[in-house]
Amino acid sequence: MSKKTQWQWVEIERVLLTPQQRADHIPDDTKAVPLTMRAAGFLLDASAAPGDKARIQTPAGRVWEGTLLHRCVQPSHGFGAFLPELQAVGPKLRRALKGDAKQ
Amino acid sequence: MNVAEVLGRKEVILQDSTGIDYAGYAHRGFGVDYEALMGCTGYNLDQVFQIQRGMGVGGTPLVELTNLTALVRRYAEPGKGARLFIKDEAANPSGSFKDRRASLPVHYAKHRGYPGVLAATSGNYGAAVACQAAKCSLPVIVVQEAFDSRGLGQPEILEKGRRCAAFGAEVMQLSVGPELFAVALATLEETGYFNGSLYTPFAVQGVETLGYELAEQTKAQTGKYPRMVMVTHAGGGNVTGTARGLRRAGAGNTEIVGVSVDLSGLHMASDSDFNRKSFTTGHTGFGIPFASWPDRSDVPFNAARSLRYLDSYCTVTQGEVFYITEALAQLEGLERGPAGNTSLAAACVLAADLDQDEVVVVQETEYTGAGKHPTAQLALARSLGIEITLGPRNLDKPGERIAIPENWQQLGVTPVDLDQLRRSYLRRAAAQQGTFSTADLDFVAEDLNTKRQWVEEQLHSIGEEDG
Repeated sequence: MSKKTQWQWVEIERVLLTPQQRADHIPDDTKAVPLTMRAAGFLLDASAAPGDKARIQTPAGRVWEGTLLHRCVQPSHGFGAFLPELQAVGPKLRRALKGDAKQ
Repeated sequence: MNVAEVLGRKEVILQDSTGIDYAGYAHRGFGVDYEALMGCTGYNLDQVFQIQRGMGVGGTPLVELTNLTALVRRYAEPGKGARLFIKDEAANPSGSFKDRRASLPVHYAKHRGYPGVLAATSGNYGAAVACQAAKCSLPVIVVQEAFDSRGLGQPEILEKGRRCAAFGAEVMQLSVGPELFAVALATLEETGYFNGSLYTPFAVQGVETLGYELAEQTKAQTGKYPRMVMVTHAGGGNVTGTARGLRRAGAGNTEIVGVSVDLSGLHMASDSDFNRKSFTTGHTGFGIPFASWPDRSDVPFNAARSLRYLDSYCTVTQGEVFYITEALAQLEGLERGPAGNTSLAAACVLAADLDQDEVVVVQETEYTGAGKHPTAQLALARSLGIEITLGPRNLDKPGERIAIPENWQQLGVTPVDLDQLRRSYLRRAAAQQGTFSTADLDFVAEDLNTKRQWVEEQLHSIGEEDG
């Protein structure tokens, strides 16, 4: 890691294939859009702001350049809201186990 | 990157990155010397156990599902309802059976001096490779198809990517498209990393310990080998490795039942269908094409060949797997992820037709959490306009409606005709090969686990159909 590394963990995006460069035998909806890549790593260009071109160094030691997406990476996935359709499954089955005819 | 140019260098890149001379195992006509290829790893089963134990992999508990068995019996005919067991593979270091699959590729790469390992995968396997490579101080690059053209990520894939990164991997998250293979090849060429493909003999042999352990544990706990082992089926490695391990243990009469989630109608390479799937693996989008033509994989000859080992194959709906995921958590205290619960859903149905002294084993669980949980998937589905409803399985329509069963009796399975998959294989083989020598026919019959005469008859009828 170079001296300039700020140990700031960021995410970049870059286009790997434009629609014209994409493979031939793929569905039309996929062929109409570019093949893009996202990767996270340590920011090498300390002053870059989201939307700027920036370079990162990945944990495997490779350097990628792309558009900086976030300066602070946070997972966007979670658990989703509770659903009544699922919440009822357990209690109904426990009732069935006890021999109640109605689940 | 020029896709066609990279693909043109495929054979050299694959040979360099796997260390396997696939051409050396090829028959003169069609197929390969399969057992010789499987032996190319140089490891015997004892060594595989030893390598895996050294990494904390395997030795997972076989848990009897007493409450689910009681429910099966409550709705079965008198005297029916086999004992259900599950092999808790979530207890492996990275949370799934994929640790077994990753163990030999990582071990081999380390000992052969490769500078790192690359895995192209939806995720659990990547996490397993990253997990074990971390312990071996080897860098890892994981390439995964993760989001659509709007930048919307599939929650389960994002979670699996997060886990890969947690073990120190570089994760290349791509938008939808089969060019992922070319990206992986170009990366192998650039880095000189070992190709931790899911489909080499290394990856498949590592799963043999699962079948072997399962057979021994079942015998120890019940006094007999399982009547059925239920295997969630996608690319074929889980089926192949487990079945081979069972046979090695002496459980050759155990029925191998493959199970996939029905995602029929959704295109696997379609950008707009990508997030309309609530399952990222163990589904028919992999299970059917990989059974009927295993060599669509990312290596010259796929070591994972499900038709060699499957005795039967069936599908369940997305809603049924969500239902059984809840049941497993609430009645057995096992909150687990979607992969093993796919075959568990089918096990709960098929066990009802077996006598009570029979044993059915579901051969895996996987970890769950953010992104993998049914609520995460259903929230995404609903936000995309997919209807979530209560009701029987015939209401379920992949990409349009997810029907969660209202009660236990609404669980079911849809059988898949293995002969139809065999015919599909033969059609492709015939298009590739033209005429078949006696040796070719023997290979095909073995590869399809059928009689040579049946193969000849089918090839004849395919020839007539094609005029």
